[in-house]
Amino acid sequence: MTRHTKIYWAGFAVLMAVLIVAPLVLPEFWRRFLTEVLIWGLLAMSSDLLIGYTGMVSFGHSAFFGLGMYGAAAALLMVSPPNLWLAIGFGLIGAAGAALFVAYFSTRLRDIYFAITTLIFSQIFYVIIFTWTKVTGGENGLIFTRPHFSIPLLFDIRFTSTTLHWFVLAVVTGSYLILRRVTQSPFGMVLQSIRENEARTRAIGYPVQRYKIVSVMLSGIFAGLAGVLYAVQNEFAAPDFVYFVTSGDTVIFNVLGGIGTLVGPIVGAGFFQLLRELMSRVFGEQFPYLIPLGFIFIAMIIFLPQGLLGFARRWLNK
Amino acid sequence: MDAVIGFIQAIPLDLLIIQTVNGIVTGMILALVASGLTLIFGIMDVVNFAHGELFMLGAYLGVIVVAATGNFWLGLIMSALVVAILGAALQVVTLRPLIGRDPLNTILVTFGISLILQNYALWQFGTVTRKITEPISSYFTLFYLQYPWYRIVVTGLSAAIIGGFWLFLKYGKFGVWIRATTQDRVMAQAMGIPVPWVFTGVFAIGAAMAAASGVLFAPLGGVAPTMGLDWVLKAFIVVVVGGMGNLGGSILAAILISLLEAYASIWVDPSRAVIVSFVVLILTLLFRPTGLFATPK
Amino acid sequence: MNAPAPSSEPLVQVENLHTYYGKSHILHGVSLHVGRGEVVGLLGRNGVGKSTTLKSIIGLVDASQGQVLYEGQSIITTPAHRLARRGIAYVPEDRRIFRYLTVMENLRTGLDRGGVTEERKAALLDKVFTFFPVLAERRGQAGGTLSGGEQQMLAIARAMMLEPKIILLDEPTEGLMPRMVSQIAQIIELLHNENVAILLVEQNVPLTLAASQRIYIMEKGCVRHHCAASELDVHHPLIKQYLGV
Repeated sequence: MTRHTKIYWAGFAVLMAVLIVAPLVLPEFWRRFLTEVLIWGLLAMSSDLLIGYTGMVSFGHSAFFGLGMYGAAAALLMVSPPNLWLAIGFGLIGAAGAALFVAYFSTRLRDIYFAITTLIFSQIFYVIIFTWTKVTGGENGLIFTRPHFSIPLLFDIRFTSTTLHWFVLAVVTGSYLILRRVTQSPFGMVLQSIRENEARTRAIGYPVQRYKIVSVMLSGIFAGLAGVLYAVQNEFAAPDFVYFVTSGDTVIFNVLGGIGTLVGPIVGAGFFQLLRELMSRVFGEQFPYLIPLGFIFIAMIIFLPQGLLGFARRWLNK
Repeated sequence: MDAVIGFIQAIPLDLLIIQTVNGIVTGMILALVASGLTLIFGIMDVVNFAHGELFMLGAYLGVIVVAATGNFWLGLIMSALVVAILGAALQVVTLRPLIGRDPLNTILVTFGISLILQNYALWQFGTVTRKITEPISSYFTLFYLQYPWYRIVVTGLSAAIIGGFWLFLKYGKFGVWIRATTQDRVMAQAMGIPVPWVFTGVFAIGAAMAAASGVLFAPLGGVAPTMGLDWVLKAFIVVVVGGMGNLGGSILAAILISLLEAYASIWVDPSRAVIVSFVVLILTLLFRPTGLFATPK
Repeated sequence: MNAPAPSSEPLVQVENLHTYYGKSHILHGVSLHVGRGEVVGLLGRNGVGKSTTLKSIIGLVDASQGQVLYEGQSIITTPAHRLARRGIAYVPEDRRIFRYLTVMENLRTGLDRGGVTEERKAALLDKVFTFFPVLAERRGQAGGTLSGGEQQMLAIARAMMLEPKIILLDEPTEGLMPRMVSQIAQIIELLHNENVAILLVEQNVPLTLAASQRIYIMEKGCVRHHCAASELDVHHPLIKQYLGV
């Protein structure tokens, strides 16, 4: 074991310990807050695979998140009693489908055009969900009950906010470990090579578009997983989440926290939500917190483009 | 095939013509918005996410000036001027530092600007839709409708602005500077052309075009802080369909998409008619990803 | 007109210039100078850094170390477009005229400067059309439709529009027919007679030796030899050493 590995896993263990104990000592509001930060963090982390590792900025994550959410909603409404695993399954399939659709068209175009077309496609999904009232509940969305955590024939427990937090933590941590493996695998190396110099990667002989499609799909699946978790936690699905704003927020978390670090975006999500909470407490609910946050965002791009955790980027990826 | 022809023949001619006129009206406004966007992208390689917000701000400024002076045309000119200056300031402060960096940074920064502008508008003006009364309230009879002259005027004005700009590009001194900078940024500098200021100027012009469209559109649709996003989305579609950086293509694409949407509105709810533009986009990406009207240049 | 500076002070002075391209060290401490109205030749094989030297002077390439002085003042951080207006004109390798602008518009990019009266502009155009009658004929045509030789003339004419004190000429005869090569030699002489300094980068040794007063020879990013042009001829051992195959 290298020294780096030891420190890394020690740090990881400490962080996990803190996050596991947290719900036991925090008041209800902050408990839910922390869980939501983890969910948004997962969404942002999924986006990091594209932005930080493949070099593609996506404004379409609201679609993947939203379809994960609505997929879960469908499962939870169709089957009685509501089944957690079915919800996850439906959500992932929905998100994967959206990702495949978006990937097929958007990956034909490079860079800037990719960003624009992901934006347009996610708005297409928004319009469809918003107007197809019969299936999606339109403007009002869907309401359902939270499923139990059950494994057939073994046990069946209801979620409390604490146990739900642990479940979310487990899913997010698992996702992080999987994504970390992916970025460090040969596949991940090709993605990074695409980010560094796409033309050269293609010249060497890699089917770049195929790699991009897989990257978008992986990213979309984990974003969908975040959507499922959100649905399970909040017991509703609404078209607002499929609206562009969610994609925009995701990109903000990425830039704030530091792209290409996987953990950075989670920190970015936390930083954003904390600032927002702080501002609403100090200045009142109506205060347009996005204005100062917007300034911070722009300042970061100009002066600190590597983000809050950017300094640790190489270390986190070793 | 016969069924299709029969279907088309069943549409009353007057309805078809009315929708054609409507399509051209919105098409020209959209063309003006998209022109500004294409300009900024074609010359500076910047995707201006905040373009819709500049459109929205222009509309609000129009509301304010018209409320204060009662003169619509003054509102139009002042709005364009103020937003041009704002655009120049934004470019100098946030975009100039990014020249030479990965162009993706400019998308992020303009996105940040759009956030700030949109939330500022929400905060200052609230969610209630404002209106500007049309400067010309006379009508003419188009079949069974009383059709507002103002709509025709808007079309003409948009075309005039675009045309005027095209002439400026072709014959004016700054037009030559802009074209030289677009073709070869390095040699333009070597010839003494102050390229950083050319960029600022171009951004200001694009912003002014967006603002003017906003004011022109305001009497037709009302002014709300969120109007920017819908328009910029359509403008992006237009720009991709018309060919990035292709001014003529953007105009044609804008009119095409608006016409198709106007025709679609004959059968479906206008909020669903927008799907037409998505279909056109998807088809373009499938078969002519460089743009339907892309010419080699 | 400005009073001419004492002829002892060089117009352009490059001191110990170092540049990098990414991690590659291109210029390893280049030093040279060009006096007012002088024609100075810069010889060397491909890739030794001649073009980079020119680009560093006009500010299109950043230097990591060293100094570039123009009329005694440091210009190392001055942006290219300001230098062009202060009298440094650059005619690059492969000409790089604006292909989609007409000949006239190409000339206008240099002509339309602040503080130049209409009469002076007309006089400048006249002069350039006298130097290059073929450009007068083709003034409404797009730059890209001109032949190689005509484009080279346009590139030089365009530079003349700036009324420069020094022209940085990068391989003007490359790819030209022999007849055009002698025309370039004539143009260089005409410019020299107008007291315009020229820093001439060339592969054509006889033309350079004939046109220049002094010669610098470069190899691997620095100046290896410096002497009067009269001291060299085509068969000189140094020429064979630094430019031979």
